[in-house]
Amino acid sequence: MSILGATAGELVKRLDRGDVTSIDVTTAYLEAIAAADGKVNAFLHVNRDKALEQARAIDEKRRRGQCVGALGGLPVAIKDVICTQGEPTTCGSRMLERFVPPYDAHVISRLREADAVLIGRTNMDEFAMGSSTENSAYKTTSNPWDLTRTPGGSSGGSAAAVAACMAPLALGSDTGGSIRQPAGFCGVVGMKPTYGRVSRYGLVAYASSLDQIGPFANDVGGAALLLETIAGHDHRDSTSVAAAVPEYSRTVEEPLTGLRIGIAKEHFVSGLDQQVEAAIRNALEVYRSLGAEIKEVSLPHSKYAVAVYYIVAPSEASSNLARYDGVHYGHRAAHFDNMIDMYCASRAEGFGAEVKRRIMLGTYALSAGYYDAYYLKALKVRRLIRNDFDAAFREVDVIASPVAPTPAFKIGELVNDPLAMYLSDIYTISANLAGLPGISIPAGFSQTNLPIGLQLLAPPFEEERLLRAARMFERETDWHRRRPASAPG
Amino acid sequence: MTTTTIIGLEVHVQLLTNSKIFCGCSSAFNPHQPNVQTCPVCLGLPGSLPVMNRRAFELAVKTALALNCDIAPFTKWDRKQYYYPDLPKGYQISQYDLPFSDDGALEIEVGGEGGGTRKIGIIRAHLEEDAGKNVHDETGRGTDSQVDLNRAGTPLLEIVSQPDLRSPQEAKRYLEELKLLLTYLNVSDCNMQEGSLRCDANVNLHIHQDDGHKVATPIVEIKNLNSFRNVELAIEFEVKRQYEEWEKTGKKMGEVAKETRGWDAARGKTVPQRGKEEASDYRYFPDPDLVPVTVSAELLDSIRATLCEFPADRRERFKGTYGLSDYDARVTVDQGQAFADYFEEVAGLCGDGKQACNWVTQDVLREMNERNLSIGEFPIRAAVLGNLLERIAKKQITIKSAREVFLELLAENPSRRPISSAHIDQIIAEKGLALVTDTGELEGVIAEVVGKNPKAVADFKAGKQAAVGALIGQVMKAVKGADPQTVRTMLVEKLGNP
Amino acid sequence: MAAQLTPADVLKVAKLARLKLSDAEVGDYTAKLGGILAYVDSLGEVNTDEIEPMVHAVELSNVFRTDEATPSLPREAALSNAPKTDGQFFLVPQILDAE
Repeated sequence: MSILGATAGELVKRLDRGDVTSIDVTTAYLEAIAAADGKVNAFLHVNRDKALEQARAIDEKRRRGQCVGALGGLPVAIKDVICTQGEPTTCGSRMLERFVPPYDAHVISRLREADAVLIGRTNMDEFAMGSSTENSAYKTTSNPWDLTRTPGGSSGGSAAAVAACMAPLALGSDTGGSIRQPAGFCGVVGMKPTYGRVSRYGLVAYASSLDQIGPFANDVGGAALLLETIAGHDHRDSTSVAAAVPEYSRTVEEPLTGLRIGIAKEHFVSGLDQQVEAAIRNALEVYRSLGAEIKEVSLPHSKYAVAVYYIVAPSEASSNLARYDGVHYGHRAAHFDNMIDMYCASRAEGFGAEVKRRIMLGTYALSAGYYDAYYLKALKVRRLIRNDFDAAFREVDVIASPVAPTPAFKIGELVNDPLAMYLSDIYTISANLAGLPGISIPAGFSQTNLPIGLQLLAPPFEEERLLRAARMFERETDWHRRRPASAPG
Repeated sequence: MTTTTIIGLEVHVQLLTNSKIFCGCSSAFNPHQPNVQTCPVCLGLPGSLPVMNRRAFELAVKTALALNCDIAPFTKWDRKQYYYPDLPKGYQISQYDLPFSDDGALEIEVGGEGGGTRKIGIIRAHLEEDAGKNVHDETGRGTDSQVDLNRAGTPLLEIVSQPDLRSPQEAKRYLEELKLLLTYLNVSDCNMQEGSLRCDANVNLHIHQDDGHKVATPIVEIKNLNSFRNVELAIEFEVKRQYEEWEKTGKKMGEVAKETRGWDAARGKTVPQRGKEEASDYRYFPDPDLVPVTVSAELLDSIRATLCEFPADRRERFKGTYGLSDYDARVTVDQGQAFADYFEEVAGLCGDGKQACNWVTQDVLREMNERNLSIGEFPIRAAVLGNLLERIAKKQITIKSAREVFLELLAENPSRRPISSAHIDQIIAEKGLALVTDTGELEGVIAEVVGKNPKAVADFKAGKQAAVGALIGQVMKAVKGADPQTVRTMLVEKLGNP
Repeated sequence: MAAQLTPADVLKVAKLARLKLSDAEVGDYTAKLGGILAYVDSLGEVNTDEIEPMVHAVELSNVFRTDEATPSLPREAALSNAPKTDGQFFLVPQILDAE
């Protein structure tokens, strides 16, 4: 049985049994990267020697009979926005081209404790701002299912790496859909946990009140395993919640009985691709056949979610990115007249167009005279969006929807139309505004063989319910077992 | 035409915590080893996050309670955004529209003895993080400025007064009282040299014209005031400058933008200083990385329980309990808590508050100043001085002898370190300072002196009361330590009332 | 809600945001930001009277740390990513009064 393309759960079992070693697994994935990443461009940085060294140490631990962590030698790819001590962390930006953090993010510490092998750093839209990974300063990642199309974004590198069998697991970050949308576009499982479930300490901030780290995997079980590893309270993140973390990887196999699935009438409107809609309707039939009840719910303020998001996120971003001024770290312009000019030139050179656009938008929304009309207004509508969900979840257990209105779009197709690009996040953004957990699972293919994702949302801290509901569907379907032709192995 | 000076003060105080406000780095003053007290959080590194220091918040609330402020039941943290190299995140975490406290007052004594008190309103007190420190090139060659972030993230309490102060002297008095209160509360060391207490002053004039109209001059903010004396001097200068400016230009408040001026102590004048960000737009918004604080009645009670007696209350108590004058109460209390504690211990031991006050505010203070010692370092502990003064009250020695003992105790003498009450006995014995009240011992000497001085005796008998003084003097000379009161009584008795 | 965004507005915001913009960028931002703001203006339809702004996705309060000093980074680590240092300090071009 091949290593590449196996699920994380299968690989952990084989590692535990001693059928394979971490060196075998890590080498297989490093070779896959060498073979396929020239076309896919999912990785920004692969430290082959360091990965093999970690694998060797874990194998050694096992050989000595020492206790080995839950990931026991499994490679994990990391979105290049999560600080790792001694490893470049560029956020896909020229600004941080030479930035090497002197500390590990909380999730990286957790991965190390779980004996993961950190196999490489994945490409992303600069500072996680984008829906196509085209905003990376370094390279454009392709969708493994069609190399002329985007993998989605901003965690496009992580999604493409898992889809193309270059890593069994990956971490991404999701601020407006940046895990779920690329998971949908690439036909893998991607999950955004409840805000506060995973510590943000060490996640380079885009929009602090929306950002959340989450897992990518090629099946629901893998997502459960990785989430279980990274979730839980961290005293270094004031917004991290001290709630018990269930054993997701164990409970994920237990189906839910009497599941009530909500569909929002506002989600099935013009702009939704017919093939996507058909795939979602089919998925609902699968659930119905499993005894689930499908109920219509209303999310009347969901149509404002994109507008709210494009005030709240840029406002926070304009502030979070003020620190990149060429003084303490990051790019400093070579030529400038004085200190203010040094700031302005360094930032102009270090940031790409979309990042600048959002900084400008956020600065404007927070500036004197506009704060109430934009920022404050957006925060009030944000609460109404949350209230809609609270009401809906009194009626249903999860809400099902498309992940994105269309399958993966072409590279370059939307890059000059920011508003159209923003609107591709229409189904995912609400969960970030409301702080809810959401998952994207493979639910079909378009006629041109592009993956289509199903999104499920649940009330805060109901990741367990979400994973079990997703697994029920996955067990009945084989969408998640399909691999793109570009994948090695 | 008369003028009224209108002054409001903004005071920044570093709080006495072990660690910084949002991270575990030490907040100790350390200018000589730059950039050794930093971490990802206070460097503002990408990915780092702040977590509020509980002690900083509690010290802030404690101070606000002592300033009679209302404590908000709900408070939050905001980002104040501006660019400066000592501000690594590009924003300062501060409090904008919902500070944790507001509407307080500090009572200050104004004028001399019996000058009364005035309540100076406090608009608000809020908590924020300090910035780092820029070291500028002073050579004028345009070389780089240096940035040290050791100080970045030190907890800072900003206390904003109402424009209730009416003279440079009042402003200084307010600062002295505030500093005293803060040191009494042990919330800050208030060391201005080290920057743990910093002050900006907002000053303008109300000019009352003869036709009854009142004109307000534009408000000027004076920065860089690094001593109380400089606050006084800068405001004095500014009052004159603003009046002259008004006479020259006639410009009133609202007609020009608020100006920031810096105090140039060397030249003794305020000079225009353009702001860090002209026409600043700080774009305050709630910090999404920090969560709000709700202050419960229990929390307030627990903090209130840590409050000590305030200086103003202590002065009143000293006046009542020990019979001190306004002046003495002020001198005793204003020297700081340790000094006032010293006084109280001495007064308690000797049972005579006024006597204790005289000694502490004159002898002890004088010797402390001469030797450049704090009261904690003063070699004669309160227990020893109390013991010495108790002997005066018990008529064991005279005040004059006690002073001799006091100076002898302070004299270089390694065998008397540390100084104890036993040393007092030793010195009294060595110098024969014990007060002689033994009438048997005195009777012979008195008889002898009376016999030798017929003229004085005759004068006394003729009604010249003063003549007895000379006789007392001779007896005292013969018997060292003789109690003058006893001698006088015995002499008068012997000679018979004139 | 908002008036038409002008190139002057864009320049003012760019100054606040410390971004040097080319003339072409000023034109581009004026058009694209204007378009986004026009879209965002739809929020004006929503009645938000009596609605509390929602700053946090999960509404916690009173999160504190204990006042304990913990080890800091060595100076070399603190300065390791700085564009310019003298081994002790971060270095920046001379700060003028106007700044």
